Amino acid sequence: MNIKKQIIGLIKGLSLYELLLGLGLTGRYFFSKKVTIQYPEEKTPQSPRFRGLHALRRYPNGEERCIACKLCEAVCPAMAITIESEMREDNTRRTTRYDIDLTKCIFCGFCEESCPVDSIVETRILDYHGEERGDLLYNKEMLLEVGDQYEKIIQADREKEAKYR
Amino acid sequence: MNIEWLDIVLESFWILFKILLIVIPLMISVAYLTFFERKVIGYMQGRIGPNRVGFYGLLQPIADAIKLMFKEIITPNKSNKTLFFLAPILTIAPAFAAWAVIPFNAELVLADINAGLLYVLAMTSIAVYGVIIAGWASNSKYAFLGSLRSAAQIVSYEIAMGFTLVGVLMCANSLNLGDIVEGQKGGLLQWYIWPLFPLLIIYFISAVAETNRAPFDVAEGESEIVAGFHVEYSGMAFAVFFLAEYANMILVSMLAALMFLGGWLSPVSFLPDGILWLFFKVGICLFFFLWFRATFPRYRYDQIMRLGWKVFIPITLVWIIFVGFMMQTPYKGMFH
Repeated sequence: MNIKKQIIGLIKGLSLYELLLGLGLTGRYFFSKKVTIQYPEEKTPQSPRFRGLHALRRYPNGEERCIACKLCEAVCPAMAITIESEMREDNTRRTTRYDIDLTKCIFCGFCEESCPVDSIVETRILDYHGEERGDLLYNKEMLLEVGDQYEKIIQADREKEAKYR
Repeated sequence: MNIEWLDIVLESFWILFKILLIVIPLMISVAYLTFFERKVIGYMQGRIGPNRVGFYGLLQPIADAIKLMFKEIITPNKSNKTLFFLAPILTIAPAFAAWAVIPFNAELVLADINAGLLYVLAMTSIAVYGVIIAGWASNSKYAFLGSLRSAAQIVSYEIAMGFTLVGVLMCANSLNLGDIVEGQKGGLLQWYIWPLFPLLIIYFISAVAETNRAPFDVAEGESEIVAGFHVEYSGMAFAVFFLAEYANMILVSMLAALMFLGGWLSPVSFLPDGILWLFFKVGICLFFFLWFRATFPRYRYDQIMRLGWKVFIPITLVWIIFVGFMMQTPYKGMFH
């Protein structure tokens, strides 16, 4: 019995049986469908919940939503948000400073969860970059600009997700 | 007197021109072999490989070459500077020099010497010095370990490889590569692949080990010793090692095509012989190199040694004796 096993093993080894099996497998994959996504032209599907670059939103009348409640600042686990506020002439409280340090941010999404007025949101934008030191320290104007530019997409995503919130 | 001098000078230039005619296409094929390697391995992994630079990525090797040329060559502080730069040269020079005796068809050969096969074997053996010196001169433990492994491996497989070539010699009765090919005249069934089939397999596996390619790439062993013997090399010095490795791959594929697959001879009688057949056969051998790399995991070091010494050498010896025995029987026609 043992000798029989040894002989079979010898024949298997000398005929390179298992190596040929392996070659056959990779050979089949050579002709298989390729799964590569060619990035700038093709993109993988994105969820409406995607957490990318931040944006500050406005109401349709142009007034900024943020009321400087500082909930996001408090909840931010990376302490990436810095807010300073003032009382305006019309007795409403608004921010004078709203900075997000994107080099600190871990994109957890707590800020947009905590926001009572849906002001700070994370958009679908994932391919942004900074070329100099400080380029990724976003201030209020930059965040509002992102919000203005992508308001339509942001709104559509919010509506899609509204029933789960 | 003057005219004799002129003759010698002209002759030298003519030979130099012929050398360039071999080396430049060789460099280009090395560049494109790296490209096809990335493509083939990509395809076998369900990817598409490089396709950005130029039409279908065809300019990728040129982009790589330019990148490597502009990179800084770093010399380790405690390295032996002379040997450090001698090593890449010692690796690539034999890889190119061996091409001198390779016949591309019955007439196209730079040096038609009688001991062609011995010369090729000698040249491929010298290449191991480049690896050893590179590892030693780098003064780095990883490089040193890589070169030690490589030295033992190349020396072991050299023997098995030499024995397979002895089989070819017995069949062809000649050391001249051109004569070896001519000995296989008469169609597919006359090629030495049939009487010497086990030797072909052993030759090819030894060739993979000789060129330090996967699955025998313990000399580089990225996951264990970073990059082995060329870990300290960068820029063009690294590129030269790379070039030598691929030039050696093409060389051993060329030898396999010449000695076992009938070289430039056509497999069927109604098609003409020609250099294209040779390139086709070399291409198939090279494809196997890439295929192996995409398929097999790296051998353990002691398994490599076992395979070389305890499997290949006995099998080749037995087969050589078998061939010799058969040549004394009425069936010797099969073995020419």
